[in-house]
Amino acid sequence: MQVSRRSFLKIGVAGACTLAAGGAVYRLAYPPQASRFALDGKALKVLHAVIPAVLGPVLPLTPDARAAALQAASQRVRDAVLGLPLATQKEVQDLFGLLALGPARRLLAGVRGDWEQADPVQVAAFLQSWRTHSLQTLQIAYHALHDLVIGAWYADPSTWESIGYPGPPKELLA
Amino acid sequence: MSVIPDPIQAGLAAGWRVTDCAQLQADQTLEADVVIVGSGAGGGVTAEILALSGLKVLIVEEGALKSSRDFKMREAEAYPALYQESAARKTRDKGITILQGRTVGGSTTINWTSSFRTPDITLRYWNKHFGLKDYTPETLAPWFAMMEERLHISDWPTPPNENNDLLRRGAASLNIPTGLIRRNVNGCWNLGYCGMGCPTNAKQSMLVTTIPSALQHGASLLTRARADKLVIKNDHVTQLECVALGADGLAPTGRRLTLRARHFVLAGGAINTPALLMRSTAPDPHGQLGKRTFLHPTVISAGVFAQRVDGYAGAPQSVYSDHFLHTDRIDGPIGYKLEAPPLHPLLFSTTMPGFGAQHASVMQQFPHVHALLALLRDGFHADAPGGSVALVQGAPVLDYPLTPFIWDGVRRALLSMAEIQFAAGARTVTPAHERAAAYTSWAQAQAGINALPYKLLQTRLVSAHVMGGCGMSDDERLGVTSSSGRYHGLTNVSVHDGSLFPTAIGANPQLSIYGIVARLASGLAQQLTGQPAARPGGA
Repeated sequence: MQVSRRSFLKIGVAGACTLAAGGAVYRLAYPPQASRFALDGKALKVLHAVIPAVLGPVLPLTPDARAAALQAASQRVRDAVLGLPLATQKEVQDLFGLLALGPARRLLAGVRGDWEQADPVQVAAFLQSWRTHSLQTLQIAYHALHDLVIGAWYADPSTWESIGYPGPPKELLA
Repeated sequence: MSVIPDPIQAGLAAGWRVTDCAQLQADQTLEADVVIVGSGAGGGVTAEILALSGLKVLIVEEGALKSSRDFKMREAEAYPALYQESAARKTRDKGITILQGRTVGGSTTINWTSSFRTPDITLRYWNKHFGLKDYTPETLAPWFAMMEERLHISDWPTPPNENNDLLRRGAASLNIPTGLIRRNVNGCWNLGYCGMGCPTNAKQSMLVTTIPSALQHGASLLTRARADKLVIKNDHVTQLECVALGADGLAPTGRRLTLRARHFVLAGGAINTPALLMRSTAPDPHGQLGKRTFLHPTVISAGVFAQRVDGYAGAPQSVYSDHFLHTDRIDGPIGYKLEAPPLHPLLFSTTMPGFGAQHASVMQQFPHVHALLALLRDGFHADAPGGSVALVQGAPVLDYPLTPFIWDGVRRALLSMAEIQFAAGARTVTPAHERAAAYTSWAQAQAGINALPYKLLQTRLVSAHVMGGCGMSDDERLGVTSSSGRYHGLTNVSVHDGSLFPTAIGANPQLSIYGIVARLASGLAQQLTGQPAARPGGA
């Protein structure tokens, strides 16, 4: 018991150092500015790897429909972030920026290779480990990904039929 | 063209004095008898009473002026437009999500219409611990009655929707008493979209009652204006400095407003009112400002039923149970009020834990899902002292520590809700907790819930009732405002919102704010005019 608890603590400290270092590297490369969230190419690659794991079987399987759904889901995430306070938009930008860095992807998320080639099983494992991680920062990051991807998806009227939600009464929306 | 008459559009056409500060091309200086910061429950009631009493009133609102023609019953549009931080405001550690309005009418524009007078036991506690001798059920009764008449608060004659009736039926089979919730509606269509702004103007929010009345009586309204700082000279506020926000409400445009007045009423809601006073370095000799901020920390339990529940349809809240507020002393183990929340896809999907196939299978059953919530009554015990507001680059942030005392209440509340849901016939019950499962029996749920780790971010916690931070007491060591709502140490500043409450209310707070502020505003009007205050008529 004593040994396992100590090694657990060590992993926690190492994880925290990695995260801090990752953040520092990211901030050196991208100095902070009070600007709006931008879904740049790197963030988009992260999202395209994360969205299928978060949404699971609700994404269509045929390649064309799946690509279109991924594209739409990513844009909805972007739109949702753009409604948040600027300071929160910055936090989300930082999260995607950090995840786009190779060392953070490997060490924090445990995903080898580029996000474009990421194994969906590995992505799901990374989400699950962050979901219940001892570091609160990683849990917060998991919640951000969960809420942004899932909330933006089910907020869209095109998804309502699939969950049996009739939507607001149409006669009032004329 | 919509068939619904829009009183806001009609009022604007008739010449109401409303300025959208997002459009300002130059800085402005304005004067009034009284500047009111915020247009929600506290600001709206104050504005009407002062304007009817003949005072020149200027209302400052950070949100925009939206009205029924804008209310399209879509979460993706409503949350960014009508809520603080797009309905994603959180405590500093991100452990609790906070729902507050940011629009003309404040949270009353987007609340679920539940109306309760301040519970007697809460008032007794205030009397005993904060010396608020004027706050008794008897002395407040006429003020509650006046606002109930004004806002059409009455019994709701329509049968509860299934989401609420399952609470009634499940509780009844366990011999747990429930009651019916009174609502501030007039001609309600029983749609279920109160949280996205009432599309039919049936909800008697400040947006369609006191604010239009104040504007008709000569008040002015500034929208997209953020109250930045009170300028204090000695013990007196000389002016309020505001910044204009752009149309999306996210960034300042660079235009500034200077507002001068004899008196300043702060009604921006708990969190924002103490933050404004902190930015203004208001006197706080006992370090109480922003402290004792209460949330009614709220936990959620989802059940799946064989029949359709359609939790999105019908009046969102019509049944409640106060049973677990009364099983112990008010200062004993934390008690909780049970209600049902409306279920709409965005809020529901983000509240349900998990991802991938697990989450998708819950969503597949959406029309069959029933949800309960438990509002924990904080502020009555040394181990539930509430949170504290701080400033980060001028913006408010709330620290709210969760104690083992509160977690014990969370666990008991999740147990109570699961037991009621199984008693009502649930096939499965899932507490909103990252490590919970879809339990298939009460015995399994009991074992599972008792074994869950109660930790921040593992348990989903939300709050729609932010209270305190400018607590009342005539003893300056116990509160920063007096029993008449005056800020201690400043001669011309009143606080008229939920931040006055020295504890949580133990019920949905809107009627507590309406009634208490109606009395405070009437007292203020009399002081400023030397005449008895005008009395607002019925709706």
